[in-house]
Amino acid sequence: MRQRLSPAPFLYVFALMMPVYWLVTMSFKTNGEIAGQLTLFPAAPTLAQYAVIFGDPAWYFGYVNALIYVALNVAIAVTVAIPAAYAFSRHDFFGHRTLFFGLLMFRMMAPAILLVPFVQVFSDLDLIDTHIAVALAHCFFNVPLAIWILEGFMSAVPRQIDESALIDGYSVPRFFRRIMLPQIAPGIAITAFYCFMFSWIEFLLANALTTIDAKPIAGIMTRAGGVLFGDFALLAAASVIGMLPGIALIVLMKRHLARGFSMGRIL
Amino acid sequence: MIRRTATAYLFLAPALLIMAFCGVLPIAFVFFYSVHDVFAGNSFIFVGVTWFEQLLTSREFWGALARSLGFSALVLAIEIPLGIYIALRLPARGLVSSVLVVLLAIPLLAPLIVVGYLWKVLTLTETGLLTAAAALVGIDLDMNDPVVVWIILLLMDAWHWTSLVVLLCFAGLRAIPDAYYQAARIDGASGWAVFRHIQLPKLRLVLLIAILLRLMDSFVIYTEAYIVTRGGPGVSTTFLSHELVQTATIQFDLGEGGAMSVIYFLIVLAVSWAFFRLIVPARSRAERSALA
Repeated sequence: MRQRLSPAPFLYVFALMMPVYWLVTMSFKTNGEIAGQLTLFPAAPTLAQYAVIFGDPAWYFGYVNALIYVALNVAIAVTVAIPAAYAFSRHDFFGHRTLFFGLLMFRMMAPAILLVPFVQVFSDLDLIDTHIAVALAHCFFNVPLAIWILEGFMSAVPRQIDESALIDGYSVPRFFRRIMLPQIAPGIAITAFYCFMFSWIEFLLANALTTIDAKPIAGIMTRAGGVLFGDFALLAAASVIGMLPGIALIVLMKRHLARGFSMGRIL
Repeated sequence: MIRRTATAYLFLAPALLIMAFCGVLPIAFVFFYSVHDVFAGNSFIFVGVTWFEQLLTSREFWGALARSLGFSALVLAIEIPLGIYIALRLPARGLVSSVLVVLLAIPLLAPLIVVGYLWKVLTLTETGLLTAAAALVGIDLDMNDPVVVWIILLLMDAWHWTSLVVLLCFAGLRAIPDAYYQAARIDGASGWAVFRHIQLPKLRLVLLIAILLRLMDSFVIYTEAYIVTRGGPGVSTTFLSHELVQTATIQFDLGEGGAMSVIYFLIVLAVSWAFFRLIVPARSRAERSALA
């Protein structure tokens, strides 16, 4: 539809970016300047905070750890969700509705409910402070989400394609590799994007299940003198770096973002 | 049917296995804790519904529950209309459109801890940007005033999550064929009529997803709110998750925490069920209209 350019989205995005701008300027200031008075630009821009973070493995491994468990989580969630979404999309099996309801429910679960049991289970398995523990814990919200999104995309692929592949003698793995997965490639990208997002931002479980070796940056930030009255400039720099992986992903995904997801046939 | 069901479950098996381990198993633990008392860390004594009785007569619990419900209601009332409005006004295609979409998505990927820290520093007395902006228009941003603190938390949540509503609605709007708008123009439909009779019906399913995600994710808010307010002033921003984490990990009261988790779980169950009932008819209607 042709429409006149409205100022509303520009004003809104401007308002969204102000806090981000504030965070970035703070990261180039000194603590003296931050505590002193309100300045819109750093009086004497300094990279000292960034030097601290990139000079100390205890800091920069926080980012590496977070990226490792998020990548693991996305890989697990998407891998198990692909066949499950196919079953929801193509089969009218016994328990279809019940299972869908169960998935919906777990996606809505509060991390706080699962916190203590997770700590218990993963300590019994001797997996506390490992990346896989966090990756598995985050599955309770990401596996259902991945199934929903992928099911929508698979249901948009005509069933006749399955049938003709069957007649042509494709095996199931070959059918997925050669036919189904290329058809839903944008859907897989969208799914990975949303799984990355929800795992990357989560704090409560990621922090509780790790101590040193797998501690994410968010846990290090709370420890470094407390997020409340700690080193403002240093925490601002850590925050800015903490936003960079997300921004990189958004730019990579920009063509797919506007595609969104409908959770197609299920919803 | 039996053969089809067997095949389907073969496809479902990996996902169900994962969900059994990281969903069903922890919930079973929570139910176990809720009817036991712990001694010396590992000996459990069955105590029946004692913890539930204690909890259901506790003012802290009901207060936290009421605050969580109120917060979710306000979040939906702000973010859903605002999200729809921005999505409607967003340029449909072109470079400007994709730049705006990229910028809109940035808050979504800010880690919760960063969101909390950011809004903490925005509202610092004297040197916070928001404090200064409010002072310019004559408002005193007093973080000891519960009303002010609630407004800040709602602003923070809107900043972080309204973009999700925008993106979902924007995608839904782009999926409407141009022919619909042409037909509306021929009929001389007003902007409101186009929204009410073309755009809103087409957005129905996307909006249900947006409402469901925003409702539940705000209902379980923990990290960001805690960093900004620490639950205060007083207990004015102590939500259900704060109460639960406090009980279960800081007081290390597994039984009471378990009972609270079970009630929390039942609320999640009820809300999911309500949505499920709402969604399934919507789906068959959508299918019928797709066939027609």
